[in-house]
Amino acid sequence: MSSQVPVALRYAKSHEWVKADGDIVTVGITDHAQHELTDIVFVELPQIGRTVASGEACAVVESVKTASDIYSPVSGKIVAVNEAVPANPALVNSAPYTEGWLFKVALSSKPEVEALLSPADYLAQIGG
Amino acid sequence: MLKRTPLYTAHQKAGAKLIEFGGWEMPVQYSTIVDEHLCVRRSAGIFDISHMGEVFVSGARAAEFLNGTLTNDIRKLKVGGGQYTLMCNEKGGVIDDLYAYRLSDDGFLLIINASRIEADVPWLESRLKAVGIDGVELDNASDRSGAVALQGPRVVEFIDRLFPGPSVGGTPVANASELKKNELGAWRIAEHSVWLARTGYSGEDGFEVVAPAAIIEAIWSQALALGHTVCLQPCGLGARDTLRTEMCYPLYGHELDESTTPIEAGLGFFVSLDKGNFVGRSILAEQKDRGTSKKSAAFKMTDKSPPPRPGYPIWVDGVLAGTVVSGTQSPSLNTGIGIGYVPPGAASPGSRLEIEIRGKKFPAEVVKKPIFRK
Repeated sequence: MSSQVPVALRYAKSHEWVKADGDIVTVGITDHAQHELTDIVFVELPQIGRTVASGEACAVVESVKTASDIYSPVSGKIVAVNEAVPANPALVNSAPYTEGWLFKVALSSKPEVEALLSPADYLAQIGG
Repeated sequence: MLKRTPLYTAHQKAGAKLIEFGGWEMPVQYSTIVDEHLCVRRSAGIFDISHMGEVFVSGARAAEFLNGTLTNDIRKLKVGGGQYTLMCNEKGGVIDDLYAYRLSDDGFLLIINASRIEADVPWLESRLKAVGIDGVELDNASDRSGAVALQGPRVVEFIDRLFPGPSVGGTPVANASELKKNELGAWRIAEHSVWLARTGYSGEDGFEVVAPAAIIEAIWSQALALGHTVCLQPCGLGARDTLRTEMCYPLYGHELDESTTPIEAGLGFFVSLDKGNFVGRSILAEQKDRGTSKKSAAFKMTDKSPPPRPGYPIWVDGVLAGTVVSGTQSPSLNTGIGIGYVPPGAASPGSRLEIEIRGKKFPAEVVKKPIFRK
């Protein structure tokens, strides 16, 4: 099994991806993570306006088998959530990097993004 | 070090995701749990159940010994018959739930839970000593036996090719497909005796095979080859759990433990109070008569909610009233389902419950068992 690891993104060890657009980053879970979880049936997203620290659990993705915490890879404030995902959790399986994104964070510390894993480092971590 | 079944290499080759279960390294899924679950409901699946324990009990007084040790009435079994039964301690708590088959007039096979082999075998041995019944032999064959379950409405289409010809022991049938529910027969496969029973843990028609470990991989491969025409898929413990939860079949360590009785678990049907004395009888009779303080209830989530999971608190009328013991998203119903223990007043179908999930309460309704009906 080979998972997709797009080169334009940064990654957290806990299998979230981050896409930076100025001071706002979009966060989702990786193709590898959705493949490990399989059959995502429920997604709980954070409140807009909530302040999160990097590494803080702020969303939950549930498969048939288990509930998994999703950690914010960066510190900041939640400014948007993907309402399409709680309505259709399978989007996280079918399109983890596009329609299946989870939330957006207004960064409080820009260098945090640079400190995340590069695509090559993440690929090495998942043994790809 | 986790134990591995004789099919471990076959699972690796098939790309299974492996997890720890009761001290064993077992496949949880090959494709996805939902895919495998629906495959069993619609067509056919094959499960490795080699981790389960096999104990042969034989001797002229074997039936008498088992009837004093297990809750169901073993005298009801003709040769080649099987029954679900339970083994209780003196307080009526469940040591294990199991299947008992009568292989011959004086020979029985007990299929016990993997995680309970080390509790059951010493218990059986100590009982045998305590009751002083002579000439009964216990043979724990768990380590030298393998087992697979073939489950689903289309298994019957190829079972006669997997087990050709008439049975040579147990229930006399000309073809394997003539076995009725709970019946078992013996076949000779590659010079070995293999037991085939029309039983299972999925709620679908199907068969369970117990064979010497040395030939279980050959049976597994042959089944996959013959089952190709009905899309037979290997299925893991994930689907096994969602299938049994929809049917409300208990899983030891969830619905059952040593401080829960069969009456509390809603398994009174498998407790024969009129067969004579057996371990736990007096407490079980009293509970059947006067009721219990807790009762198992099957429920469905009624609003959109996360799936219920074991350990979640159950609230009734704003009062903390019990705990979820099994719970998942039902692949057949596409909604959260579960089983929990609640006060008897809240256990009847139609009763309203609230399941606490991450600090928030979600409404659920008690439903009649099984939760899923075709």
